[in-house]
Amino acid sequence: MKRRLLLMLPLLGFLVLMLFLYLGLGLNPFHRESKLVQDARAFPAFELSTLEDPERRVDESLIKGEVTLVNVWGEWCPECKREMPQLLDLAERGIRLVGVNWKDTREKGLGFLDEFGDPFVVNVFDPDGELAFELGVYGAPESFLVDADGVIRYHHTGYISPSDLRDTILPEVEKWQ
Amino acid sequence: MAVIRFITLVFCLSFIAASAQGAAIEVREFDDPVKEERYKSLTASLRCPTCQNQAINDSDAPVSGDMRDRVYEMLQDGRSDMEIRSHLVERFGDYVLYNPRLEGRTYLLWGLPAGLVVLGGVLVALVVRARRNASARELSDEERARLDALINRGRNS
Repeated sequence: MKRRLLLMLPLLGFLVLMLFLYLGLGLNPFHRESKLVQDARAFPAFELSTLEDPERRVDESLIKGEVTLVNVWGEWCPECKREMPQLLDLAERGIRLVGVNWKDTREKGLGFLDEFGDPFVVNVFDPDGELAFELGVYGAPESFLVDADGVIRYHHTGYISPSDLRDTILPEVEKWQ
Repeated sequence: MAVIRFITLVFCLSFIAASAQGAAIEVREFDDPVKEERYKSLTASLRCPTCQNQAINDSDAPVSGDMRDRVYEMLQDGRSDMEIRSHLVERFGDYVLYNPRLEGRTYLLWGLPAGLVVLGGVLVALVVRARRNASARELSDEERARLDALINRGRNS
């Protein structure tokens, strides 16, 4: 009898492998853990001008004081256009949004805001991707929820769909308010 | 003759096409060949965060370009490979490492193969020992009697 059970071992091993495969199939291959959120990192230091006014310099103190959603976008990014209605909705609910205009030109960036609306209190102009690199941004759009102390609390990669807005963004904002 | 010329032409053109494709990855100047080697191995072992399984030296994604720039700058600054890797992990997460670091949550990952080899060795040793004991064991009285009976029957017939 013992011997019989021993013979079942390879089958058991196979079943364990199948379980891992099955669980693996359910994972989203685009999902990445956000290092900044894991470490509860402060919003990185930066000093850049704004999209609206080349003379105006802003730094990380811009993000502090109030729960803020920082959205990294670019005119060249089609998903960013689809995301704008959700961002406008957030702004209407009184949530503070700061944009980071990433790898873009001033002209195109401003044109985008004219066309799709401007939910941002201000846009940081980041043509070389300095700030975005510090944030670990690897594709637009990406959004970071920063609490009043300037700590990054939530990182959304990719487009914020209406259901993401309802199911994750709003509850997260609530949580850190 | 014309055929040969044609083949040569196609051959040359394909080389030009190949080199044009390679030009997507920028050319770097190094004053030190060791740094150049380190650059090559670093960019081959760091993974592009937005691609599905491509190293940053093999990817046209903008973020890979930025990461290569950063690796190059940090190498020129005299930073160590460790520092460069951690710098990128701090921003993009462990995902960018093709070789995960040894830490609490990766013990299982790194330890499992060695653990399985040891387990297999122990199993083989146990089986071998059990077999050896079984063959070396003396016959019991009952077995001895049966053996004698069989031998006698063979002789008698």
